[in-house]
Amino acid sequence: MSTLAGSRREVFARRWIQIAGFSLAGLATAAVIAPVIWVVADIFVRGHSAITWDFLTQDPARQGKEGGIFPVIVGTFYLMIGTLIFAVPVGLQAAIYLSEYARPGRLLRLINLSIVNLAGVPSIVYGLFGLSLFVFTLNLKTSILAASLTLACQALALIITSSREAMVAVPREWREGALALGASRWQTTRHVVLPRAMPGILTGIMLAIGRAAGETAPILAVGVAFQLGKLPNSPDDQFLALPYHLYAIAIQVPGMPESRMWATALVLLAVVLAFNLGGIILRIYYGRRRQS
Amino acid sequence: MLSLRRLREQAIEGFIFLNALLGVAVLVGIMLLLLREGLPLFRDYSFIDFITGTHWYPVSEPPTFGMLPSFTATLWVTGGAIAIALPIGVLSAVFLSEVAPPWLRDVLKPLIELISGVPSIVIGFIGLLVLAPFIADALNLNTGLTGLTAAIMLAFMSLPLIISISDDALQAVPDEYREGAYALGATKWQTVWFVLIPAAFSGVTASVMLGIGRAVGETMTVLMVAGGALKIQHSIAEPMRPMTATIAAEINNAVQGGLQYRALFATGIVLFILTFIVNLIADIVLERQKRKFQR
Repeated sequence: MSTLAGSRREVFARRWIQIAGFSLAGLATAAVIAPVIWVVADIFVRGHSAITWDFLTQDPARQGKEGGIFPVIVGTFYLMIGTLIFAVPVGLQAAIYLSEYARPGRLLRLINLSIVNLAGVPSIVYGLFGLSLFVFTLNLKTSILAASLTLACQALALIITSSREAMVAVPREWREGALALGASRWQTTRHVVLPRAMPGILTGIMLAIGRAAGETAPILAVGVAFQLGKLPNSPDDQFLALPYHLYAIAIQVPGMPESRMWATALVLLAVVLAFNLGGIILRIYYGRRRQS
Repeated sequence: MLSLRRLREQAIEGFIFLNALLGVAVLVGIMLLLLREGLPLFRDYSFIDFITGTHWYPVSEPPTFGMLPSFTATLWVTGGAIAIALPIGVLSAVFLSEVAPPWLRDVLKPLIELISGVPSIVIGFIGLLVLAPFIADALNLNTGLTGLTAAIMLAFMSLPLIISISDDALQAVPDEYREGAYALGATKWQTVWFVLIPAAFSGVTASVMLGIGRAVGETMTVLMVAGGALKIQHSIAEPMRPMTATIAAEINNAVQGGLQYRALFATGIVLFILTFIVNLIADIVLERQKRKFQR
């Protein structure tokens, strides 16, 4: 470090190293961002022409080479609802416990550790879990119910983590004020903490549901169908889903027109990104408002 | 009256607590079910042969279940992905945290987050239709579906994690560190290189660990673009089939309770242990990083 303030030449060299270094950092960032924009744009350009009203509202024909993808969209919609119903109540309550009730100790550490690891379990392992527990042991067969429960287990970690973060961020003074007014802990949580944390919680839920809509491996293992005669009309029914449909027409059906694959990819991407974008915008909007 | 309210409070707390325990229950449940379905394999098939076997022929007579080809494929693909993602990710984090003006940061961070929202099936689809032909052309290969293709796509998928956690780690370094370096006459780049990155090292390590975890567990992308060859490969530019892809490719054909079914669950156990260790290390390192600058 003794040469830090050296001769003019060294100062010059240092300046250029700095410029080169930061340019490289900028280039790296561009190398991350550019492909995303390009991929999204590419999917839109190649897919949008095949998206017609019929494509969105008709049943597939001839292994998806003709017709539309209506039942596939409906299947994914049901899965999202199912995941929402099973994962949100449990995840939210778990987060309330961790943020508002839990006292530090071994038990809390065990719960935290479980949630961290739950988030890292590979999606196909969730698939094996769902297959063994819901499909075989609980005998739910290949159904919307079994797939939703599997996806809900996977979504749990994300919902707990994001909801807890949102609640922990609520200033302590708010709770103390409520408690000082004679409110019980539950009343404080219900009427003070939860409303304030709601934007953050909703963001997490939207991200989790968006992710569930795009998951393929778990529903593949649990046994999503590729061709079905009718729309599912009860939770015990078999179902189709966008991500698996895309996989099947891209890999398994020879002679599939490429535009149909791109169109399916576009519909899936639109559904998933709409939820992600919604979540991100919600957070930025409320983040700004809170600062002012 | 007061006791009634107290009773109600306690009932609510108890109920909420049960829901928190459900998180633990799911993890334990995953472990137990994997073991229940996977371990019986070793009643009929030698454990050593499973771990060290180099052939995976589930439908031949007698079937063989050597997991080494899948395992080495996972190592190839994950190693390749991290080799690409680590330098790009850390440099991007430096750019976001130390170079970019606030408005640019506000634009770029959500964009990077959006990458992690793109479903793996879509990434696999792009790999299949766009990257694979390009790789085949560029490297003059018969097929573009190789470990390298998968590694590039996986690098892309683990980048958001690596960037955001490394960025958090850089941001957590107190400004005194920067000011001290400037006071000694260091340039901004020298400060980044000799002060900030070492100070944020555990955060960067954790980000790489989580990136590895993501790459090891990624299924659809790898199933679609890695090529699917069940051979121990000596180059990343060959077709291969990592563990996740093996499970996904065969689980629908396996008969419940049959040897193949059990072997796939046993592969799932290996996968679970691998990601569990990686995530545990990441968690420990992150905790240490958090405590480091806490006052």
